[in-house]
Amino acid sequence: MFGYAGKILRINLTTQEIVKDILPEKMCEEFIGGRGFVAKTLYEELPFGTHPFDEHNLFIIATGPLSGHFLPASGKTHFGSKSPATGGYADSNMGGHFGPALKYAGYDMAIVTGKAETPSYIFIEDGTIEIRPATAYWGKGALTCEEMMKKDIGQDFQILTIGPAGEKKVNFACISHDFGRQAGRTGMGAVLGSKNIKAIAVKGTGSIPAADVKKAFALGKEAFKKVSQKPGFKGWTPEGTAGITDWINEVGAFPAKNFYTSHIDHGHMINGKKVLEKLKITDKGCYCCPTPCGKYGFTKTSLGSAYVEGPEFETISLFGGSCLLKTIEEVAYANYLCDELGIDTISGASVAAFAMECFEKGLIAEADIGRTVEFGKLESIVHLLNLMGLRENALGDLLSQGVKTASEKIGKGSEKFAIHVKGLEWTGYECRNAPSMMLAYMTADVGAHHNRAWVMGHDVVGAATNVHDLITAGTAGDKRPKAVISPEDSAQYVIDSQHTRPIFDLLGCCRLQLMELGFEVEHYADLYSVITGKKITWEDLIRVSEKVWTLTRMFWARELENFGRHMDYPPPRFYEELTPSGPNKGYGISLNELDNLLDAYYTARGWDNNGIPTPETLERVGLAGLMKTSLKGNQK
Amino acid sequence: MNLVFDHGKCSGCGACMLACSMENFLLIAPSRALLRIEGRFPSPGDYQIHFCDQCGICAKACPVDAIVVEDGIFRINEEDCIACCECVEACPRSVMIIQPENNIPAKCILCGECARICPREAISFSCEDHAKECQ
Repeated sequence: MFGYAGKILRINLTTQEIVKDILPEKMCEEFIGGRGFVAKTLYEELPFGTHPFDEHNLFIIATGPLSGHFLPASGKTHFGSKSPATGGYADSNMGGHFGPALKYAGYDMAIVTGKAETPSYIFIEDGTIEIRPATAYWGKGALTCEEMMKKDIGQDFQILTIGPAGEKKVNFACISHDFGRQAGRTGMGAVLGSKNIKAIAVKGTGSIPAADVKKAFALGKEAFKKVSQKPGFKGWTPEGTAGITDWINEVGAFPAKNFYTSHIDHGHMINGKKVLEKLKITDKGCYCCPTPCGKYGFTKTSLGSAYVEGPEFETISLFGGSCLLKTIEEVAYANYLCDELGIDTISGASVAAFAMECFEKGLIAEADIGRTVEFGKLESIVHLLNLMGLRENALGDLLSQGVKTASEKIGKGSEKFAIHVKGLEWTGYECRNAPSMMLAYMTADVGAHHNRAWVMGHDVVGAATNVHDLITAGTAGDKRPKAVISPEDSAQYVIDSQHTRPIFDLLGCCRLQLMELGFEVEHYADLYSVITGKKITWEDLIRVSEKVWTLTRMFWARELENFGRHMDYPPPRFYEELTPSGPNKGYGISLNELDNLLDAYYTARGWDNNGIPTPETLERVGLAGLMKTSLKGNQK
Repeated sequence: MNLVFDHGKCSGCGACMLACSMENFLLIAPSRALLRIEGRFPSPGDYQIHFCDQCGICAKACPVDAIVVEDGIFRINEEDCIACCECVEACPRSVMIIQPENNIPAKCILCGECARICPREAISFSCEDHAKECQ
């Protein structure tokens, strides 16, 4: 089968059984790869009702048919599991070089189940698969562990690690790779930790097949050339994702002080230009990426100094905005600490901001925290990150479970400013004057995450413009107009984006060539066809994408007893408080407007009023089989 | 032809290595690349491009004179090669490989694909060669 490596690696840590299965052609045709493989495998193989930290939970690694091939940014790797952060469907992806290496070793996927008896790591070198002791690495930081392992087993291995937070099963622990790439969201690092797996190392010396290597090479070269001719190639690349900081702040969508407001005055101190000026040593690219987002550098603060990749936009917006750190060096230091602890910078910063607001409002005491804490103070934020990342005391233990659980325990109105959807902390866009983006967060299939749909262009300039063109067009005036978009239009923008973006997750390559530079989607259907030898159109890919989206919704419905519409709302802060300052001062979004958005969205998707896909919709998207199986799913 | 390398521009994406394997072996296998990129992390935090500069040490190491120079490029004569791989051991930059199918070594012959594909211009043709490429 062309395009794919051809095998699934199955590892049972409890029995130490290792099996290499043939990758089913039917699964490739129906689900393409990456996120599609994750969704199908979780739905079909995860025993119903499994706790995320139960040894029966699956840890899935999946690449796509384009991963490791010669085209711009073919380095994406997907991870899937039942999420400790949400209890629902989860996948998380990262760039870097791991996925291609896994394919060159001969595997498109790895499915890890069970639990190792003692701390271990998984060693993969082509056909050699071993579960090795990791005692020497256990307890080490995620970055430190990678450095140690490269010295021990070879610099040419691609390595995933978890930090102490993963070992201690912090709900938002991440997976780290290549000294700065993370699969940050949904707690994948905690799932590995629960299985006693500290790291996975892979080296692949084989080749992957293409239907026509010469044509694939020629088409790949053409794609690289076309990307290099986009204005964003030279305009967007230097600052990477950090380059959007000023624009988001200027349009009043910056998450300031735990999303209390949506604009900060110190934006110029933490933007992309400051990353280049104060931190950067080198650009750091993912596999075959011509437009590296990664800016690797060195930061020096009053609390210490560190080498760190980043910060990228989300980390800037959450630590510089939501936590109000005032300089890029401080933001970068918080980024480094999260990386070493092995926690997601987005959730870590959000939890810290939530805790600071609780302290400010007198809902948690100095004695619980071990000191006073204050927005904008690096000492406070470092203290809180260590507390949650190491579960150091009772409060750290509570915070390690994320803002949803923490607010439910703390109570006293803290739920109103626990900024999450479905238990996953909100990312870097404040949406009280961005109704389409609000809906995107509400309905994202892993919780509040922008990578499932990004429609800020529609909300701000009324079009799906690529990011480079958006930010170079700039903004006008100090006051933004109120966004007026019909719920039906918002729903359609969101659904289009929710189908477009995940296609890159299916194929195993990075969406940023399209999203940031405007590289045309048609190229991907052509590349798929030449590499796999199977004709496909962009419309075919959209259909698969909708099927996967529907399947993940059904996973939630199956696993959470009372799953439904009530889990699709943002926190009350967004619909009870008007934006108090900045370009969107005085604007808000009402509960009634949110209901209208959800109604329009469910109708457009063919879901019932509770947000569950109807039998007709399941049939239309090619999931009729789900109707025949019990929602109880697989049994242990 | 000569290639010019600017380590500071390299972002470690490895497109050059993949292009090398596809051009020279028609394989999607960067392990076959005849140059390599070394990421030096966490410190000092940069990339080094290791490449063949046609120094000829491989030819001197070959016990059967199977590596010959032509127009400044050292090439392996596969018919004369006895697969002892002493040249691979001798290469001071570790940029020769052994082809697993036949144990015959392979080395850079300055095809230039790495420079043509490098999106960062970290690998480029020398000024004189660039002029020829553009003709």
